[in-house]
Amino acid sequence: MRRVLTVYRWELRKLRAQKRTYLGLGLAAVVPIIFVTAVALHGGRHGPEDVAFGRYIHETGLAFPLVLLFFGSIWMFPLITALVAGDIVAAEDHNGTLKTILTRSLERGQIFAGKALATATYAVAAIVLMGVIAVVAGSIESGLNSLVTLSGTTISAAKGLRLVGASLLVYLMPILAIASIGLLLSTVTRNSAAAVVGTLGVSLLIQLIGILPGLGGLHPYLLSTQFNAWQGLLRVPIDWAPIGRAAWVCSLYALPSLAAAYVVFLRRDVAGG
Amino acid sequence: MAGPVVEVRGLVKRYGDVVAVDDVDLNVETGDVYGYLGPNGAGKTTSLRMMLGLIRPTAGSVRIFGRDPQLSVRALDGVAGFVEEPRFYPYLTGRKNLELLAAFDGDGAASRIDEVLDVVELADRAGDRVGGYSHGMKQRLGIAAALLRAPRLLLLDEPTTGLDPGGMRDMRLLIRRLAEDGITVLLSSHQLAEVEEVCNRVAIIRRGRIAFEGTLADMRGRTATLYRLRTTDPDRALEICAAQAGIADARLDGGREIVFTAEQDAVAALSVALIDTGVAITALVPQAPTLEELFFRFTE
Repeated sequence: MRRVLTVYRWELRKLRAQKRTYLGLGLAAVVPIIFVTAVALHGGRHGPEDVAFGRYIHETGLAFPLVLLFFGSIWMFPLITALVAGDIVAAEDHNGTLKTILTRSLERGQIFAGKALATATYAVAAIVLMGVIAVVAGSIESGLNSLVTLSGTTISAAKGLRLVGASLLVYLMPILAIASIGLLLSTVTRNSAAAVVGTLGVSLLIQLIGILPGLGGLHPYLLSTQFNAWQGLLRVPIDWAPIGRAAWVCSLYALPSLAAAYVVFLRRDVAGG
Repeated sequence: MAGPVVEVRGLVKRYGDVVAVDDVDLNVETGDVYGYLGPNGAGKTTSLRMMLGLIRPTAGSVRIFGRDPQLSVRALDGVAGFVEEPRFYPYLTGRKNLELLAAFDGDGAASRIDEVLDVVELADRAGDRVGGYSHGMKQRLGIAAALLRAPRLLLLDEPTTGLDPGGMRDMRLLIRRLAEDGITVLLSSHQLAEVEEVCNRVAIIRRGRIAFEGTLADMRGRTATLYRLRTTDPDRALEICAAQAGIADARLDGGREIVFTAEQDAVAALSVALIDTGVAITALVPQAPTLEELFFRFTE
């Protein structure tokens, strides 16, 4: 375990030294600022009515991160996640550094585990960064006021803030499933661009299946559906059913991907470079 | 130390229909500077990758200090080196790259960073990103990264390739110095001069197969060589040559001198036979082939 942490710490250091990390985190930080700025400049009294919490953006800053969670699930957060997940193994293939680190004193499994942890850490950082900036910027625009839940009841700002935080955590489940798929593609394709685009493609494909007519029965088991599971938290009383389902459905996507990536990483020939 | 440092048996690597390495046996003993010689594409790098556990053999086995690098990276304790060019993270400094590798090595490697940077004369550029290094500097950083592990065995894949003449000389001096410090070295090369200069043993690989393994002296001795013979009685000597086993293509050259090809043992027997019949030898000179000629004999 100590050796996995050694890899993990160095993976984080490597992420801090790479531009793409800042590209991803920058996107997560800039989008809420642009959104709030656009709302502020546009003025008016109406928000996007057809999106959960869209109509409340002029009443409380807490509505901003929730609206962004909805829009972000289409491609922004999958892209931000894939940017690092798809690169973290493939970049080492491209640089030829895989052979450099695999001939030291750490087992391949330890190196893989450190990389997986670093990928997850980055994804968590991106979502938290978006949430914090959206709440802060949104509250500057609309005030940190009470929030009207999806059940129509009003909850205090303090409780709303806790629920927004919890929503971000629930949202991390499908995000980490995307990260696992990205890690698998990164390990298998050995090509960063292919893995990033492929991960985004898988995410969009699952959404496409979700809107095909006649496939409604699949809906609860699609990864894209789990991006809305957090809405259960904002009902009174809290509806845990979608959250529980998200937990196991996301595991069904994440664990086989991770296991396959692990096995491939352990067994593959490191040629080239 | 008991047993060979590197013991390779029946090593095969197949990629589809292509056999990159075909039934290779190698023995590297403690203290050897072992030259793994062959033309480009002969399978040297593929063999080295299998020795380092980077790729799986199709068949055969590798034992390094008696352990199998396919089973655990622990088999590489005391082993360091690189295949093809050493590669580093271009966005980190030379020193940061070494710090990372030292952390992966554990075992006090971090305390050797300054020392190894001095050995390869990179101390003053260690703070620069590797992305800005020249090929020669990366090559030297590769040696530094290997020395961090305080190795007893160095596996080096064409360490002088791409270096300018000064860089090559420095690299060879460095390898010799490391060997004098007691490190066993296995280096692959397609440069004969290099092998002749630094190695005591050599294996020649040709299209995936070992064509020769032994000392450089063996290599010369085991190959039929052209000899020039002068005697007090050329005609009589020629008859003896023709009758003697192992002497081939004997003929008079210029009336007084006989030329023939033979292996060392046959030449020894011939000299005894000549003296027995009363023919005195005034000169018996091997036209020693250059290592290059030998190399081509084994590889073509």
